Amino acid sequence: MSSLVPPPSDQDNPHARPGTPALSIRGLAKRFGDKVAVNGVNLEVPSGSFFGLVGPNGAGKTTTLSMATGLLRPEHGQALVHGVDVWQNPLEAKKLMGILPDGVRLFDRLSGEQLVTYAGLLRGMDRATVAERTGDLLRALDLTNDAGTLVVDYSAGMTKKIALASALIHAPKLLVLDEPFESVDPVSAANIRDILTGYVRSGGSVIVSSHVMDLVQRMCDHVAVIAAGTVLAAGTIDEVRGEGTLEDRFVELVGGRNTTEGLSWLRTS
Amino acid sequence: MVAHLLRLKLTLLRNSLRRSTAQLVGVVLGGLYGLGLLSLIVVGLILLGSQDLELIRTILVIGGSATVLGWIVIPIAVSGIDMTLDPARFVTFTIPMRQLLAGLVLGGLVGVPGIVTLIAALAQVITWIRYPAAALMALVCGLLAVLLCVVASRFVTTAVSSLTGSRRFKDVNGIVAFLPLFFLGPIIAGLAAGFQSAPGFAERLADVLAWTPFGALWAAPADVAAGDPGLAVVRLLIGVATLVVFLFLWGRSLSHALVTPAYNAVTKKAAGNLGWFDRFPATPAGAVAARALTYWFRDPRYAASLVLIPLLAVLFFISGGGVGGAFAFVGPIAAFLLAFSITADISYDNTAFSLHITTGVSGRDDRLGRAAALLVFALPATLILTVVPLLLAGRPEDVPVLLGLALGLLLSGTGLSSFVSARYTYNVPLPGDSAFKTPPGTNFFAFAVQFGALFVTLLLALPEIVLAIAYFVTGNDFLGWLTLLVGVALGGVLLVVGIRAGGRWYDRRAPELLLAVSNNR
Repeated sequence: MSSLVPPPSDQDNPHARPGTPALSIRGLAKRFGDKVAVNGVNLEVPSGSFFGLVGPNGAGKTTTLSMATGLLRPEHGQALVHGVDVWQNPLEAKKLMGILPDGVRLFDRLSGEQLVTYAGLLRGMDRATVAERTGDLLRALDLTNDAGTLVVDYSAGMTKKIALASALIHAPKLLVLDEPFESVDPVSAANIRDILTGYVRSGGSVIVSSHVMDLVQRMCDHVAVIAAGTVLAAGTIDEVRGEGTLEDRFVELVGGRNTTEGLSWLRTS
Repeated sequence: MVAHLLRLKLTLLRNSLRRSTAQLVGVVLGGLYGLGLLSLIVVGLILLGSQDLELIRTILVIGGSATVLGWIVIPIAVSGIDMTLDPARFVTFTIPMRQLLAGLVLGGLVGVPGIVTLIAALAQVITWIRYPAAALMALVCGLLAVLLCVVASRFVTTAVSSLTGSRRFKDVNGIVAFLPLFFLGPIIAGLAAGFQSAPGFAERLADVLAWTPFGALWAAPADVAAGDPGLAVVRLLIGVATLVVFLFLWGRSLSHALVTPAYNAVTKKAAGNLGWFDRFPATPAGAVAARALTYWFRDPRYAASLVLIPLLAVLFFISGGGVGGAFAFVGPIAAFLLAFSITADISYDNTAFSLHITTGVSGRDDRLGRAAALLVFALPATLILTVVPLLLAGRPEDVPVLLGLALGLLLSGTGLSSFVSARYTYNVPLPGDSAFKTPPGTNFFAFAVQFGALFVTLLLALPEIVLAIAYFVTGNDFLGWLTLLVGVALGGVLLVVGIRAGGRWYDRRAPELLLAVSNNR
């Protein structure tokens, strides 16, 4: 399965410095009006790691990842991809990254095949490579039968998968995936996990945001817990979770569990 | 329950006004316009009362029928015109059908069109004040007619809502349903000509309409006034029967819609057809052009402009009285409009634009691709629309001057659009919406950008325009050829300048552009 996806390429990335972290976020901060969305986040995603970013809704995960990938200009701080500054040297940094943003539209009047091809051509790849990799990706993500269907007619899960394919086409060294498993069916999710695991094993690095703790605990080797725009804990999974499960630790860090016995009328017996 | 639905509608209305001051200003201005129109109607209806019976009848029957027809047709034309009380949203609540129907009818009355119709129907009672019996009949019939308007319109909305679930229907309907509005001018002109040439035309039209479900209720008071209460009762029965039939149909389609969610039938298609992506160069700019051109055919918001251009030629042909008149100028005007059509390109992308940022497309490639996609069909279209009408009119000597003007407008306008769409974003219909849907939060800024762009386009093409005027004044052939030369040369330079300037702005501010378009949801 994982062999179908292009492994991260080294030769066309002369700017990547070996030995540097895949992604290094230093003091990123952003305000929307009066509300501080991200308040000085620091993160190191080691090269070759599978990094999970977890946090409750509205914690600033998407804002942090948008600033780290060049989609949203930060007010403070910097983001380095393999040592290349995303905001000083955007073109070089974007060559190293594959990005799956959350909550954005796609060019959904294109067919799935056209959309992935478009992403490849926009990155300046040649036609033959784009065609070959598009075919591979559609097969790996089980979209071959719907390749010619317009993306606007796709289900939510298929849309996620085609967006993932668009992020993989140029064999990036770092994958930044914002909620990649949302509304994806279990079989496809398992396939995507296999692909990502194989990708990490062949030398790539992945950072995923999610709020499914169980998934992150099984899949990732590193994790950071973020809430209210601040990193509460970061490190390897075992360091962060300690004795309990990641979910227990997460609830302990973030708080907000209701322990009172409410809704007594809801009990049917 | 009925009161709940009414209050829900009022709350929705109030909250939508609360969202922004600019919107409130828009609503107030719209309201003032409606109020002005309404007072004209009311005064007209009152004054009409002093005219003779035949004229009153003709005007009320034709106007009334048009109102009913409008209530039925307009919601289809503007898909989603008022779906705040969309039946689909009540699926999970257990509301008795009778109460739901009553609530939705009253909800349909709350809002500018409902209030205007109601007041006009009441004013019509005053028209009949000289005939007390007829006035009483007018009160009953007027209220029934207003009810008919709302019920028929609700029925049509519900009936097509199962269809509108399908994307293809939405796409096609968004364009096709607009055509009658586009040809409203010629249609009205045709009707006016009919009224003028044949004095009895309007009366005969009213006679026919009086027997149809649209006009029966409006004709009944006239029958009373004319001393034929029997006929009035028959007409009243026609109206009531129509109302009952529509109520029954609406109730059925509503109960059907409540248990059948809209379903979008999609045929699976396998890989192998890359369309324009196979025909453009495999470069970032080529890919942008292929994508943009695909959208010109597949996205109803773009396709609408594509459909309007040939229609424009037809319209000019009809209203200009054949090949001799305004038809000769359709080329430059089409070129002007085509160039203007990509001023909101990035706004149209909405957040899909993020793909251009994550892939690191340069501003030059982005601008170049979009301009190329436009020019691929706009250049031949401009050539044909300029040359053919002149040849048909037997004026081949005017080809150079008008071609120069058209190409100048097209090229310099495209250059300006390439800059404007990277520099300014404003709210446009969202992807998937009809091209003619007014987006929420349309404000003064959007109008300012659009009018500014139109004005500057004319300014940039001023040399060609001045030369063309000089040609038509002096009739000097040399000036015609000079217009062509200046149009192509100056237009070409401005196109390059526009793409470069737009590209530079894009390179510096692309993330801010994304942020701006993502505010339009």
